[in-house]
Amino acid sequence: MNRHLLSAADLNHDDALLVLDTAAELAALTDRAVKKLPTLRGRTVVNLFYEDSTRTRISFEAAAKRLSADVINFSAKGSSVSKGESLKDTALTLEAMGADAVVIRHPASGAPDRLAHSGWIGGSVVNAGDGTHEHPTQALLDAFTMRQHLAGGKGDLAGRKVTIVGDVLHSRVARSNVLLLATLGAEVTLVAPPTLLPFGVETWPCSFSFDLDSHLTSADAVMMLRVQRERMNAAFFPTSREYSRRYGLDVRRMNLLPDHAIVMHPGPMNRGMEIAADVADSERSVIVEQVTNGVNVRMAVLYLLLAGAQLGEPDGSDRTAEGTAS
Amino acid sequence: MTTYVIRGSRPLAGSNVDIVISDGVISAMGTDLVVPADATEISAHDHIALPGLVDLHTHLREPGREDAETVRSGSQAAAAGGYTAVCAMANTNPVADTAGTVEQVWRLGQQAGLVHVQPIGAVTTGLEGTQLAELGAMADSAACVRIFSDDGKCVHDAVLMRRALEYVKAFDGVIAQHAQEPRLTEDAQMNESALSGVLGLRGWPAVAEEAIIARDVLLADHVGSRLHVCHVSTAGSVEIIRWAKSRGIDVTAEVTPHHLLLTEELVRSYNPIYKVNPPLRSERDVHALREALADGTIDVVATDHAPHPAEDKDCEWAQAAMGMVGLETAVGVVAEAMISTGLMDWAGVAQRMSVQPAVIGRLAGQGRPLAVGEPANITLINTDVPHLVEPRALRSASRNTPYAGRSLPVSVWTTFYQGELTLNEGVLVSQANQAGGSA
Repeated sequence: MNRHLLSAADLNHDDALLVLDTAAELAALTDRAVKKLPTLRGRTVVNLFYEDSTRTRISFEAAAKRLSADVINFSAKGSSVSKGESLKDTALTLEAMGADAVVIRHPASGAPDRLAHSGWIGGSVVNAGDGTHEHPTQALLDAFTMRQHLAGGKGDLAGRKVTIVGDVLHSRVARSNVLLLATLGAEVTLVAPPTLLPFGVETWPCSFSFDLDSHLTSADAVMMLRVQRERMNAAFFPTSREYSRRYGLDVRRMNLLPDHAIVMHPGPMNRGMEIAADVADSERSVIVEQVTNGVNVRMAVLYLLLAGAQLGEPDGSDRTAEGTAS
Repeated sequence: MTTYVIRGSRPLAGSNVDIVISDGVISAMGTDLVVPADATEISAHDHIALPGLVDLHTHLREPGREDAETVRSGSQAAAAGGYTAVCAMANTNPVADTAGTVEQVWRLGQQAGLVHVQPIGAVTTGLEGTQLAELGAMADSAACVRIFSDDGKCVHDAVLMRRALEYVKAFDGVIAQHAQEPRLTEDAQMNESALSGVLGLRGWPAVAEEAIIARDVLLADHVGSRLHVCHVSTAGSVEIIRWAKSRGIDVTAEVTPHHLLLTEELVRSYNPIYKVNPPLRSERDVHALREALADGTIDVVATDHAPHPAEDKDCEWAQAAMGMVGLETAVGVVAEAMISTGLMDWAGVAQRMSVQPAVIGRLAGQGRPLAVGEPANITLINTDVPHLVEPRALRSASRNTPYAGRSLPVSVWTTFYQGELTLNEGVLVSQANQAGGSA
């Protein structure tokens, strides 16, 4: 493992399996009356959240506390950050306090990279979602959930077909999932209106389509992404009704899925927009399970970064040669 | 005035000659010259002698952002980069959209006395793109403005652009367009490409530049006016300008040093030192720009020197300011991108960095041949000493160079402005009038 987890691309096949297997072990251990392990006693984990995200913050907080780490929650609201303190100065403060790991959620793509590579802090950095870039622990918990249902809870996801539907353009969940699922051998198809697929998507390690129905009958898992209704104001689609008709997962579409297929959503859901309430609450839905698995996967990540001690990250700071035309 | 004799330099990389400078002009050139006994000797054996460089696109930040740059500190950076004239962009605070403001900048330049500071006037009041600024008043002012630009913003209203192109014909002006379709580039962060999709940064598509250039060359053709295109950055823009020139349309274009050398791959680091507008593009674009500069489709190299204080770069990518300082590294970067690659020679550099910019900007006494009787604006390039770029050594008040730690193949060694030394063997010459003026 690298010292930081900034992108799902930081994980090779072995790393990814190590995280998932560790999460499975931790899940078994904490499935007891006493949920707490002493592993990270005396270590400090800072949750540095520049965006409101109660569910992700609570998930990381629970993960760190179950490993007995000291947890400091640093929210942008009501702190010096809202008075204009820069990321740099906040980072220097956290460093002075002796943070061993910083879990950062930030609206700017790349903010975790800046934190990790600018020499501001010495601890590990975990990306808990940055702008429209990545959300690697979400991809890990999604993969963990798929493995439980589709691969007997072990190994990778070779040959499993995953359909990811919705606002790929603005989705950090989709980016991390595509990278991690490709590493784990799954076959991913992105489905969205052409306006909501990123420029250059044909270079991604997955396929893509504009038609949802044709990618349901053979899917092992279908993951619905949150679509903000406001996107229609920027002409990404005409109306929320038209979006739902063409790309929403309703009961008719759910019935096209094979019997074993699962329905996923990273939350928070727009019921009636990208997913019908009947689908979200159906037996195929593993949405609540995803939340549970999130804690175990984040425990595994913190454990491996802070206690696993397999350090020696290849230094990514010297990139001068790469961007020079020859 | 001091009399100088420059020993052994090679004008435009030709044969070695001596150059005598007296009373602000080149008074003799050749070998075995009779030199006045009191002449100061400048040892310049094998150094390339160029006419003093002229930058059509400089942000001096004064008035308004003196923490980033002043006319004086920018003039020092210019002299250190081999420049004898810089054209100061209008996007200051207040905007240079009145005769009073352009005269203020012009006067500050005179007081600094290191280069000719030629103010550029805004096309529209407050750069707001709604009403023409008093272009004639700026043209008639002491600053004699001939270039008008809303740089930083595009004159995107087609009617306003047409009127501006027409109006400045009355005083031989030119509109320098920052070609950026605003709706296509809202909150844009980097070149739109496969990489922007991966990095999750909002894309700045090439078409947003090319669509405006295409419209503007057609407008310039229609009304018979002179158009200059700022910081061309894409292969498609090059094709459009090449087509326009082949049709006889009166269009000129500039490219920045950084667009000749750097590519979007640098953005992978999320280090905002590489954030610039227009953004760094692909390797294919870089090669198209180099070819266009070599064949004359692109007329000039202009720095788009854009100083920013450290805190505006030492932050998240999305929050960071756009721009790079460029005056002090321009020659070195052009040498690496164009000379080391065999695409251009030093005579070409003189054309693209001195002669043509002076013609486009209508700058009298700049970009003149190195010949007896001509103004002594001269830059000497030392090709034996590489320039190791050290941000703290920059004379600009800002340090936002993307070339930190890089070794550029040549050094600017000596600069003469109007017959006086402004840079001597890489060291700024302290001028008597530097004591006065603004702090």
